[in-house]
Amino acid sequence: MKIVVCIKQVPDTKGGVKFNPDGTLDRAAMMTIMNPDDKAGLEAALRLKDQYGAEVTVITMGLPKAEDVLREAMAMGADKGILVTDRVLGGADTWATSQTLAGAIRNLEYDLIITGRQAIDGDTAQVGPQISEHLGIPVISYAQKIEIDGDSVIVERQFDDRYHVLKAKMPCLITALAELNPPRYMTPGGIFDAFDAELTVWGRANLVDVEDSNLGLKGSPTQIAKASDKVRKGQGEKINKDVTESVDYIVGKLKDRHII
Amino acid sequence: MNLEEYKGVYVFAQQVDNVLNSIAFELIGKGKDLADALGTEVTAVLVGSDVKGLADELAEYGADKVIVVDDPELKEYRTEPYAHALASVINKYKPEIFLVGATAIGRDLGPRVSARIHTGLTADCTQLEIGDFPINPIPGKEQKHNQLLMTRPAFGGNTIATIACPDFRPQMATVRPGVMQKRAKVAGAKAVVEEFNPGFTPDNKYVEILKVVKAVSDTVDIMDAKILVSGGRGVGSAENFKILDDLAAVLGATVSCSRAVVDAGWKPKDLQVGQTGKTVRPNVYFAIGISGAIQHLAGMEESDIIIAINKDESAPIFDVADYGIVGDLNKIVPALTEKLRLELAAK
Repeated sequence: MKIVVCIKQVPDTKGGVKFNPDGTLDRAAMMTIMNPDDKAGLEAALRLKDQYGAEVTVITMGLPKAEDVLREAMAMGADKGILVTDRVLGGADTWATSQTLAGAIRNLEYDLIITGRQAIDGDTAQVGPQISEHLGIPVISYAQKIEIDGDSVIVERQFDDRYHVLKAKMPCLITALAELNPPRYMTPGGIFDAFDAELTVWGRANLVDVEDSNLGLKGSPTQIAKASDKVRKGQGEKINKDVTESVDYIVGKLKDRHII
Repeated sequence: MNLEEYKGVYVFAQQVDNVLNSIAFELIGKGKDLADALGTEVTAVLVGSDVKGLADELAEYGADKVIVVDDPELKEYRTEPYAHALASVINKYKPEIFLVGATAIGRDLGPRVSARIHTGLTADCTQLEIGDFPINPIPGKEQKHNQLLMTRPAFGGNTIATIACPDFRPQMATVRPGVMQKRAKVAGAKAVVEEFNPGFTPDNKYVEILKVVKAVSDTVDIMDAKILVSGGRGVGSAENFKILDDLAAVLGATVSCSRAVVDAGWKPKDLQVGQTGKTVRPNVYFAIGISGAIQHLAGMEESDIIIAINKDESAPIFDVADYGIVGDLNKIVPALTEKLRLELAAK
């Protein structure tokens, strides 16, 4: 079985976001990590590899330094890493990104493609389903459990108030939730091997069946009209008193505001 | 693409088990504002099996027209037949705007449809308006009028961005549930109802549903609650949520929680507030033992009154709280419950 996992290097938004004086994001000042949902997707692929035997290829689109997440993935157990990087691919929205990744994946054999549900920088959850559409294969989003059954995959697909157990013929694309599996750690041997491992680097010329007009900033139907740091509601009152005073304070406020 | 051909505001009227989701009415409400600005109408697209009877309810919330795509293949939500339904409606009717709820269904369906018809899609919008793009004129660049300007949070709620889709139609957005206002229901209102079936032929993209497992939950939807008593990791254990249950009972409130609580297995996912949970805006939000990660704040900071109880004086939750109490929740919460019990009994 061959599994392709799409991963993304993202700024670690948990550590707070830093801005340039002009209001744009200061990516250089922020720590980067492998996107958490993608890491859960990678873990799912590695578990399928452990259980059924599989070749796991990780692919990422980004700046040259995104090779860090490929090496991390290989240290966890992925077999091959592909970096898709090219100046003409920059500034892509989800349409152009999914076109790029689909164009790269057309070079590969695959039974399953696994992506994270969403990246913590854009939070769109769009690229996975859009890749599947470009490749003409089924998509199962929000996977909380994945099993293989012959030439099919059986997936628990989460909804707000229920889950569906779905069966799809492979090839199929699955988007993984961070809750899917706690990711494993890199092994020391894996880290050494991954550091030396040869990565495949692809550019525009390696993308199959993709028009220039669908790539990069120029190929992106959506355009940014403005972006700004979020204005938060100001801090209110804060007290640090004993229990009785604290309780009286809350009850007083609930009365003042006509809640009770 | 002749952009002039595309007219009208369309919304996906999400239903599950033949019950319309509140997001359908919210989208109609916002759709009416946009349609008024453009001098056009709102059309709800109702997709399912035996769903025609729901059209009147959509009319009562303001839909001018309802397109019904009714087919046995559409009984339960599956990506492919639903995507085919919406893409076919778009190709036939050519709307200029198409809105979908940013639900677990809409966030799967929206991208698949937008990729099929080649247009842009803006995710999880919290604000929509009609305006110019570019917003300010730029010499040498055409400023287009009557564009949909779609505003959304990104980077875990740290930034907000406004997005346009000037050269493709329809302009598509998924819209965060609980943010847009429904219009008041007008009993007996009617809409033009049109049936349309593009034909459904199963192929490799159709998945098979082996089982539907509904979460057993007798709790109120936290998005409808007027008062939420919300607990975080600081509550300490599933058992200790009892003190929050007691407080909620006295106030007629509903208990909700942060992501850490769901990850720890103390509470089910449908009670989770935040970026990957639900967006809530109750009259009062008690944040108890919640530190206030940015992803949590994104789901609750629009609440009218926020009361935070936390032992850590520097917890970020205090940055958005109207009333912050530094102290031990294990002592304060039971004492507060008792005091409120006495106060309310005296009334």
